[in-house]
Amino acid sequence: MTVMALERDVTAIAIGASTGGVEALARLLPALPPGLQASVFVVLHLPRERASLLAEIFAPRCRVPVRDVQDKDPICGGTIYFAPPDYHLLVDDGPQFALSMDDPVEFSRPSISVLFETAAAAYRERLLALLLTGAGSDGAAGMQAVHAAGGITVVQQPGEARMPQMPQAALDRIAVDYVLTLEEIMNLFEALPRTVHA
Amino acid sequence: MNAEVAPAINDVELRLLIEAVYQTYHYDFRHYARASLRRRLAAAMVRFDCRTLSELQSRLLHESQVFAELLEYMTVQVSDMFRDPSYFRALREKVVPLLRTYPSLKIWVAGCSSGEEAYSMAILLREENLLDRSLIYATDINPTALRRAEAGIYDAAKVPDFTRNHRLSGGRSSLSDYYSAAYDRVILDKSLRRNIVFSDHSLATDSVFAEVQLVSCRNVLIYFDRDLQSRALDLFYDALCRRGFLGIGLRESLRFSSHVDAFAEFAREDRIYQKVGGQ
Repeated sequence: MTVMALERDVTAIAIGASTGGVEALARLLPALPPGLQASVFVVLHLPRERASLLAEIFAPRCRVPVRDVQDKDPICGGTIYFAPPDYHLLVDDGPQFALSMDDPVEFSRPSISVLFETAAAAYRERLLALLLTGAGSDGAAGMQAVHAAGGITVVQQPGEARMPQMPQAALDRIAVDYVLTLEEIMNLFEALPRTVHA
Repeated sequence: MNAEVAPAINDVELRLLIEAVYQTYHYDFRHYARASLRRRLAAAMVRFDCRTLSELQSRLLHESQVFAELLEYMTVQVSDMFRDPSYFRALREKVVPLLRTYPSLKIWVAGCSSGEEAYSMAILLREENLLDRSLIYATDINPTALRRAEAGIYDAAKVPDFTRNHRLSGGRSSLSDYYSAAYDRVILDKSLRRNIVFSDHSLATDSVFAEVQLVSCRNVLIYFDRDLQSRALDLFYDALCRRGFLGIGLRESLRFSSHVDAFAEFAREDRIYQKVGGQ
């Protein structure tokens, strides 16, 4: 497809995924180009026992650095950050990360909506939020916050998603900017701003 | 919190509200991490049916009951017994053998909220035959949470998780030895409480009150900014005896402590540190 020219700078990309998310991310994250300027935040719902190795699993496949977040970590460009299991991941002033053990939202901790809402407050129109496959409806409220803040909203085409409910819940709620297949999202990544020397 | 979009929080109003709370009620949230505070206050605005934080501020200034309830939104969190079993296993296997060498033990569970961690500690010490010569200080700033902690009554639905955690932590007995069930609640054995002192203490405004061999403060620092983290860690440093132990949450760090070099990693994966130097 012709990649939509991103009409503005994107300094942060927030990604949420649930059931089927590991497979989707295994395709998407390696497509992030070296020299990427944006910071990338990922909330992936996983059973707690399985979730702590995400950075380890994804790092060898990715072309940009991958990290598990620790409390108060500064946010660097060109880096993929995974929410730690059983904590909410929030973007705080700075920008830096904050973690919380507040109650689950939409039965989820980490919650996609919590990440999206706090990232929207920090990055406003410079945030791109991407909601992928999953059951349930975590992320829909967050997409609405991103939309309201002027950020770019993208959902995986429900027909292609292993579980269509999550992207569909966002579509039911707001006028999402783009509904794309994983292939199209990978093309979109190619259009992201990079540092010159990369 | 439900799936409604949180009300927008204006930063000027946020600062004013925090200042109003501090000056009126002497609770100091000025160095709490803003992102969490914003979310919690957004939830409180929905609860109190306020469209703006200024409206909420006006109510909390004029209605003390509103503040009492707001404090719940700003501070309370629910924990589990033996949350992160590997932490308790590390305490049991690596720290307890050293604690045993002291004739009497003092342990500080800082930010105990509704008490799950303090009771977990008491059960662990009982299993290790140390509880009788131990005193656990369990502190928090929230009076309602402290009352709940003192009551030692928990939702029975959480017991299977507690039991599983306890077993994974290397528990030597059955958790059911320590509670009795009534309807949908369990009440913890009162004898566990004999060696726990629940009290009001603020890591933001109060000072050290005792010398202790172990401080356990987990998932409390995440709610603080770097300055307040540093203050809290200074308190822990001052409270700890020579070679005393500090346990923090699995995703927390000592980076912002002015004493960062004074704590040596003792059980790295489980975030247990030992004080070096000092007295």
